[in-house]
Amino acid sequence: MHEQLLFALEVSLNGLMTGVLYSLVALGFVLIFKASGVFNYAQGVMALFAALTLVGFQSGQVPFAHLINAVFGSNIHHFGWHLPVILSILLTLLVMVLLAVVIEKLVLKHLINQEPIVLFMATIGLAYFLEGFGDLMWGSEIKRLDVGIPQGISESIENFTFESLGYGFFIDRLDIVATAVAAVLVISLTVFSQYSRVGRALRAVADDHQAALSVGISLRYIWVVVWSVAGFVALVAGIMWGAKSGVQFSLSLIALKALPVLMLGGFTSIPGAIIGGLIIGVGEKLFEFLMGPLIGGATENWFAYVLALVFLVFRPQGLFGERIIERV
Amino acid sequence: MFYREAGEFSTSYRDDAQTFPIAFDRRRYYLVLAVGFGVIPFFINDYWANAVLIPFLVWSMAALGLNILTGYCGQVSLGTGGFMAVGAYSCYKLMTAFPGLNIVFCILLAGLITALVGVLFGLPSLRIKGFYLAVATLAAQFFFVWLFNKVPWFYNYSASGQINAPERTLLGVAITGPNADSAVKYLFCLAFVVGFAWIARNLTRGSVGRSWMAIRDMDIAAEIIGIDPYRAKLSAFGVSSFFVGVSGALFFGIYLGAVEVTEAFGINQSFLVLFMIIIGGLGSIFGSFAGAAFMVLMPVLLKNILVGGLDWDTAIATHFEFVIVGGLIIFFLIVEPHGISQLWRIIKEKLRLWPFPHDH
Amino acid sequence: MKLKTAVIVATAMSLCAPVAYAELVVPWLSYRTGPYSPSGIPAADGFADYFTLLNERDGGIGGVPVRVLDCETGYNTQKGVECYEATKGEGSLVYSPLSTGITYQLIPRATADGIPIHSMGYGRTAAADGTIFSHIFNFPAHYWDGASIAVKHILSLNDGDISGKKIGLVYHNSAYGKEPIRTLEEFSEKHGYELMLIPVDHPGQEQKSQWLEIRREKPDYLLMWGWGVMNAVAIQEAANIRFPMENFIGIWWSGSENDVLPVGERAHGYKALALHGVGNGFPVFDDLQKFVVDAGMAAGAGDQVGTVLYNRGMYGALLIAEAIKTAQEIHGVADITPAMMRDGMEALEITEEKMTALGLPNFGPAFAVSCENHGGNGIAMVQQWDAENGEWNIISDMIQSDKEIINRLIMEDSAAYAAENNIEPRC
Repeated sequence: MHEQLLFALEVSLNGLMTGVLYSLVALGFVLIFKASGVFNYAQGVMALFAALTLVGFQSGQVPFAHLINAVFGSNIHHFGWHLPVILSILLTLLVMVLLAVVIEKLVLKHLINQEPIVLFMATIGLAYFLEGFGDLMWGSEIKRLDVGIPQGISESIENFTFESLGYGFFIDRLDIVATAVAAVLVISLTVFSQYSRVGRALRAVADDHQAALSVGISLRYIWVVVWSVAGFVALVAGIMWGAKSGVQFSLSLIALKALPVLMLGGFTSIPGAIIGGLIIGVGEKLFEFLMGPLIGGATENWFAYVLALVFLVFRPQGLFGERIIERV
Repeated sequence: MFYREAGEFSTSYRDDAQTFPIAFDRRRYYLVLAVGFGVIPFFINDYWANAVLIPFLVWSMAALGLNILTGYCGQVSLGTGGFMAVGAYSCYKLMTAFPGLNIVFCILLAGLITALVGVLFGLPSLRIKGFYLAVATLAAQFFFVWLFNKVPWFYNYSASGQINAPERTLLGVAITGPNADSAVKYLFCLAFVVGFAWIARNLTRGSVGRSWMAIRDMDIAAEIIGIDPYRAKLSAFGVSSFFVGVSGALFFGIYLGAVEVTEAFGINQSFLVLFMIIIGGLGSIFGSFAGAAFMVLMPVLLKNILVGGLDWDTAIATHFEFVIVGGLIIFFLIVEPHGISQLWRIIKEKLRLWPFPHDH
Repeated sequence: MKLKTAVIVATAMSLCAPVAYAELVVPWLSYRTGPYSPSGIPAADGFADYFTLLNERDGGIGGVPVRVLDCETGYNTQKGVECYEATKGEGSLVYSPLSTGITYQLIPRATADGIPIHSMGYGRTAAADGTIFSHIFNFPAHYWDGASIAVKHILSLNDGDISGKKIGLVYHNSAYGKEPIRTLEEFSEKHGYELMLIPVDHPGQEQKSQWLEIRREKPDYLLMWGWGVMNAVAIQEAANIRFPMENFIGIWWSGSENDVLPVGERAHGYKALALHGVGNGFPVFDDLQKFVVDAGMAAGAGDQVGTVLYNRGMYGALLIAEAIKTAQEIHGVADITPAMMRDGMEALEITEEKMTALGLPNFGPAFAVSCENHGGNGIAMVQQWDAENGEWNIISDMIQSDKEIINRLIMEDSAAYAAENNIEPRC
C-alpha cells in the first residue's frame, strides 16, 4: 500500500508538470479571448508555425524552397549557415509580430463588431491558411528542435527521493524547465498588464471595447499587441512541445489538449489557465493510474473533458471566469 | 420579377402553410428535385457518386442536424463526430444482429438510439451555456471514440476493430456492400436527405422551431414568456442527434462501407460539420447544404484544377489547397459574415426587384 | 453555382480524357501533407523514383513506359476513396494505399472492381489468405509475421527461453496498433512470457502515464506498434526513463529516421524490424543517382534517397515492377490489364538471383506468392539505430516467422470475413 501511495504521488507530480505544458498552450487562447473576445482556433497552428520558423532560421533553411525549386527547376534548400539560438528566437518573434500585423490588417479589421462565432470561424480560415503556408514555407518533413533544453530524468530528484522515501521519482528535466518558463511567463504577463501603459490599455479593452474606444485607446493597436504576445506564447509552447516530439504537423494538435483546460479555468483568466492545467494534468494522470488497468487504459483524452464537465456543472463560467450576469 | 409575392393568393389555409409559399420558389425546388431524382442517376458514374455526391449528401445531413442544435437553438456542439459514430455503430450492430431487418429501419433505429444518447449529453446544457457547453459534447466525442475502440462487443470481436457493412438489399436491390450500384446508393441517400430536409424545414417553422429560436435569441426572456427551456433544449438535442445519427449510419453503411472509429469519427469531423454550418449560415436549411458543398466539394474542385488541370506537383498543390480554402473562408466571412445563405437571401431580394429596381 | 458546376464538369472531363498511347498506370496514394507527412514523403519519393529509373534506363517494363499516378490523401480515408474513384478509370493496375485505414476501405471496392491492392507490410493481415481475399496482397510480410519475428528475435537473445519474462507492447490505440495483440497473446502461451499492453491514443504527443507505468512495471522487453509523432515521443520517453534501448523493438513502421532523429544521441541502440535492407549502399543506387537524381527527375525534393521509408517505397515499386514483368510473361502482352496484373502478382516469385540482378543483393527475402498465399513467406530482419553515425544497421539474419500459429489465426479471421460477406473460398 505504501508503495502504491508513492506511485500515486509520482503520477500526481508528473501530472502537475504535464498540466503546466497544457497551460502554456491554453495561455495563448486566454490572452486573445480576453482582449478581443475571439476564440482563436489557430493557436495550435500558430505554435507549429512559430516552431517551424524557429527551426528554419536556426538551420538556415531557404523559405519556400520546394516552391522555388518546382517553379524554377533549381535545387536550393539551405543558406548554409547556423544561427545562434537567441538570434533565431528574436527573428521568429519578429515574424510573429509581422503575422499579428497582417492578421489585424487583413482579417480582424474587417470583422469589427461581428458575433463571436464569426470571428471564431475567421480564425479557422486562418488555421487552414497557416497550415498550408507553413508547409509551403518550410517543408513538411520532421525537424529536430534543439535549443539546448536539458531532457531526461532528473537524477538529483531521483536520488533524493530514493534516499528519503525508498523510491526514486521520475521527473523530466524538460518539465522542470517548462514549469520555470511558465512561471516567468505568467509573472511577466501579469506585470506587463498591471503596470505598463499598454497593459493597462489592454485591460481596459478586455473590460469594455466601447468604453476603451471612447477614452481614446486604439483597438486595432491593442489587437496587434495581443496577437503578438499570443504569438510569443505560441512560440514558447512550440519550443517546449517541439523539444519532446520534433517539429512536425502534429504539433498543431496540442491545441486539443488545451481545450479542457480552457473550459475548466475559464476563457478569460490567466491564473485560471494555469490552475485549470494543473487540475486537468493531475486529474487525468491519476484517473489513468487508478482506473486505467480496470477499464483498459488510454482514458486521458476523454477523462479530461469529463473532469472539466463536472467542475462546470457547479461553476458554469469556469473556475476563474467572469460571472455571467444575465439580463432580459 | 422573380420571387414575386404579388399575384400570389392563397385560397386555403393549406395553401398558405405549404413549405414553399412562393410559386417561383416552389417550382424551382421541384426542378432541383426532378434533376436530382430523374436526371442525375442516369449520368452518374462511380467517381461522381462516391467521391462527390454521396459525401455531399451525407455531410449535408450531418450539417442539417447540427444546424438544428446550433443554428436554431443556439447550443454549441463539438460532438458531431462522436454522435455520428453512435449512429454508425448502432447501425452496424442492428445490421449484424438482425440480418432480416430492413436497412431503412436499421438506419432509422440508429438515429433513434443516437437521439437518446444526444438527450443524455444534452442534460448539462440546462446549466452550462455558450462556448462552455462545448465541453459536454467534447466529452461525448472523445468518450465514444474510446468506447467503440475499446469494447470489442461493438465491433463484433473482429481482429482489427474495423466494422464492415454487410450487403443489405431494399426491394431486391443491393444498397450496402461492395456490389451496390453507385446510382442506387446515391438515390437512397438523396431520398433520406430530401425527406429529412423537409422534416427539418417544417419543424423549424413550426411551434417547436419557434421555441428553439426563442431560446437561442435569449433564453431567460423565452422562459419568461412561457417556453420551457428544458423541453426546448432537450428536444433540440434529441432531434439534432437523430439527424446526426442517421448521417453517421449513411456515412458508414452507404458511403464508406468500412470504418474505424478513431479515424472516421475523430474530433476533426466535429469541427468540419461546425465549419459547414457557420460558412453556410447558421439557422438556415439551405445554408447546411451550401456549407457542406463548400467544405466537401471545394477541396475536390481545387485538387482537380491544380493537379488535374494545371498539372502541379501534388504536395505543393495540397499546400496551396489549404491556403486557398483558408483564404476563401476569411474572404467569405468578410464579404458576408452570416454565411452563404445570407448571400443567397440578398440575391433573392435583388431578383425580386430585377430588372425594375424601383418596383416597390 | 452554375459556373462552379461547369468548372467541375470541365475538369472532370479533362481528367477522364482517353489515353492514346500504351502505358502502365501505377497509382500511389501519397500523403505529403498532414500529421503523417514526414513518413509519407520519402515513401512516395522512393516509389516514383524507381519507376522513373525503369523508364529512363530500360524504357519502361517490357517496352511500355510506366506512369505513376500520385494522388494526395493526407492519410485521410475519405480522400483515399476520392483518389481511388478518380484514378481507377485510368487503367490503374494495382493500388498501394500506404495506410491501413484506406486499405480496409478499398478491399471490398477493389475486389468488386477487379483491381489488385498491394498493401506491403500493412493493411488487413488476414488478406494473406488468397482463397478469400482474391485481389489483396500483403507480401513479403504482414503485422503478425512482424510480431512473431520480434518475439523470435527476443528468443534468440535469451537462448530460446523467455518464460517468465515480461514483454510490453506500446501501441497506437487504433485498428493498426491492435493488430499484433491477438498473435502476441498466442505466443505468450507458447513461450510463457507475460504480455503487458500499453495503449497510446492518437496522436500520442503526451505519453507520460504510459511511461511511468512502464517504469513501475519494469518489462524486460518492449515492442512498439506506433506511427507518426507517437514513435518519436515514445523513444524520447524511453530514453528519459533510461529504458535499455536495445530491448526496445519497433515494427517496421516505427523504425525510420523520422522516429529517432528528433531524439538525438539518446536514441542510440533502438531497434526496429526491417522489411528490407537499409542505406544506399546497393548497386541500384548508382543507377538511381545517374538516371534520376542527376538528371533532375527525382520526385519531391530529392533529398530522401536511401532513408528507410524511401527504400520502403522503392521496394514496393520493385515488387510491383516484377509482378508486371511476370504478368507480361504469363499473358504474352506488354500492355497488361488489372486482371492480368492480378495473375502476375499471384505468380510472383522473388529469388536471390533476381534481387542481385536488379542491383539489390540481400535487400529483401526470397519468396513466392501463390493462389492460397498472398502474404509471402513472412521473413524480415532486425535493424538497429547508430546515433553516432546517424544510420540504421541490419543486425540479424533473415528471420522466419512462426507460420504454424499465424496461419491458424489467419484462417480464423478470413473465415469470419468470408462468412460475413458470403465469399466462397477459391483455389
